[in-house]
Amino acid sequence: MEKMPKWADVLLIPLISLVIAFALSGLVIVAIGEDPVAAVSLMIKGALGSTYGWGYTLYYATNFIFTGLAVSVAFHARLFNIGGEGQATLGGLGVAMVCLYVPWPHWSMALPAAMVAAALFGAAWAAIPAWLQAKRGSHIVITTIMFNFISAALLNYLLVNLMRPPRSMDPATAKFPEATHLPTLHDMLAPIGINFSKAAPANISLLFALLACVLVWALIWRTRLGYEIRAYGQSERAAVYAGISPVRITMLAMLISGALAGLMAINNVMGEAERLVMNAPEGAGFIGIAVALMGRNHPFGVLLAALLFGFLYQGGSQVALWTSIPRELIVVIQALVILFTGALDNMVRMPLERLFLSLRKGKS
Amino acid sequence: MTLMRTFLGAAATLALGAGVALAEPALIYDLGGKYDKSFNEAAFHGAEKWAQETGGKYLEIVLQSEAQREQALRSFAEAGANPIITTGFAMASPIEEVAPDYPDTLFVTIDGWVDMPNVLTIGFTEHEGSYLVGMMAAKASKTGTVGFIGGMDVPLIRKFACGYAQGVLAANPDAKVISNMTGTTPTAWNDPVKGGELANAQISQGADVIYAAAGGTGVGVLQTAADAGILSIGVDSNQNHLHPGQVLTSMLKRVDVAVYDVMMAGDEAKGGFLTLDLAAEGVGYAMDEHNQNLVNDDMIAAVEAAKAQIIAGEITVEDYGATSTCAVLKF
Repeated sequence: MEKMPKWADVLLIPLISLVIAFALSGLVIVAIGEDPVAAVSLMIKGALGSTYGWGYTLYYATNFIFTGLAVSVAFHARLFNIGGEGQATLGGLGVAMVCLYVPWPHWSMALPAAMVAAALFGAAWAAIPAWLQAKRGSHIVITTIMFNFISAALLNYLLVNLMRPPRSMDPATAKFPEATHLPTLHDMLAPIGINFSKAAPANISLLFALLACVLVWALIWRTRLGYEIRAYGQSERAAVYAGISPVRITMLAMLISGALAGLMAINNVMGEAERLVMNAPEGAGFIGIAVALMGRNHPFGVLLAALLFGFLYQGGSQVALWTSIPRELIVVIQALVILFTGALDNMVRMPLERLFLSLRKGKS
Repeated sequence: MTLMRTFLGAAATLALGAGVALAEPALIYDLGGKYDKSFNEAAFHGAEKWAQETGGKYLEIVLQSEAQREQALRSFAEAGANPIITTGFAMASPIEEVAPDYPDTLFVTIDGWVDMPNVLTIGFTEHEGSYLVGMMAAKASKTGTVGFIGGMDVPLIRKFACGYAQGVLAANPDAKVISNMTGTTPTAWNDPVKGGELANAQISQGADVIYAAAGGTGVGVLQTAADAGILSIGVDSNQNHLHPGQVLTSMLKRVDVAVYDVMMAGDEAKGGFLTLDLAAEGVGYAMDEHNQNLVNDDMIAAVEAAKAQIIAGEITVEDYGATSTCAVLKF
């Protein structure tokens, strides 16, 4: 018998956790002498109150969907891919090369090529730590973290010495040509009569992120490879006994993971910045870990968690814009949400389970 | 929230067509953060000075992500702030995107470069200021080896390093310049521990004067130099007071003056290009009671002579920002 109904498990627990997290954040805001109700309402209005706010929320969410999926695919094989940041950086390099050095007539032709390049570069960056793990037993957590730094150094070298337009002080590539600019939600929704904000960066990549969710779900639960990945993750020895090759699964899981992280670049590099800047992923690779944990490594959970983090990012920046609450405090609020919805899940779950049990006893 | 209310009210007034231009300026700090003890903090001091003297209010935001650059510009412009002052070269490209949509708003980029009628580009000749402190470093050095520690390896910091090395070699052609960058991620601007390690490495190679152009990382460089009993050179703000008697001088970059002047001008400020060089006292070296015993008359005479020659155009300091090459230093 289940301890509590499904709806309570899926909706009530995260909701209560969120309320507690926001209540605690409110106390902190009161402590520094600001108005917490106003801050939270500003956050909600700023992130969800206009198509402009939605445009930013969805833009951030798109990044987090890709990196969250990347972490969760690897995690099904019990491989902790901390290198999403580096893989997304390299994905950006792939996108930049495709957009800058090939004269594309139209974005619809540039985008598939950019996606292939982003995925290949991301996968290639994940391949080396994967191979080291599979063949040499070098721990993937350590190697992927180190590869984040190597990717930053590589990009720094390329941008400062090779790809920077002459005389530019900014270590970034030139702007991509007009033909490679992706349609934003404004461009996509205008024909059907919805006037979406023109300034917001959310773009067609969002649809590909949603598609990636479906494909990852199908991969993990509907294919032979997905079964092998899960079996390997549950028990390596049992998997080997069943004839599953650990080397093959480690490599494939990490290649798919790296490709997904790399794909993020079509959103932030091709869709938003339209040029390659230093430090382009801006921590989305790390947020992906929190998103995957919160989403319980299920694509649908990843989608919801990514939306929540998109909301926190956009709402937080609105609070920073219009109040004197310092940006460090906004990080505190984000951290509290992660803490309560992710790490302290049982704190809410256990009393709630007891409550539902006693309710049921009372009835019978 | 009071600010928010003021602005909503102000926006409403504008919408009603009252036609009163709002003179409240806005200030956007770059990712390095407001309290970095050098570049952004100097901008903050300039704004605070203006606020105290005029009793005016200004809007501000510390950027957290790349995507916020355009967002912050648009939000402030929509709210009617004018002028909108930004720090850091990375704001140039977002300003190019946003400025044409708000022709009545003046955008100011410090360190960037934008050619538009409603954008004021403020640049500093950091290479000239670094040249002067380089001369002082060479004259103060007993070993003939001096060091340079930069933050992130970006063209702007190479401009500092190249000017510095030219100054060193001008004062002592046999001198050796050791140059290191702290890192390749933005944390390189705020990593005092690594700054200290690099300083120790340079000291072990014989350096006895070290110039730090590395934002918050420089604090660690100055600390290590003071602990080891050698001299250091601060950057952007006057950092002589951090270790009295052990900081040779500081290369001043008067971001505070630039911000203050623009805010003072308010609606009168116009777009264009403004280069704050040695002649305009936009850059220079810091002298105060903390370093007067370190700097002798010979140094002052040499540096002042070089300064006069640079202003008169008799000495040309190679500008890495313009040429992307440096004859005296390899990166």
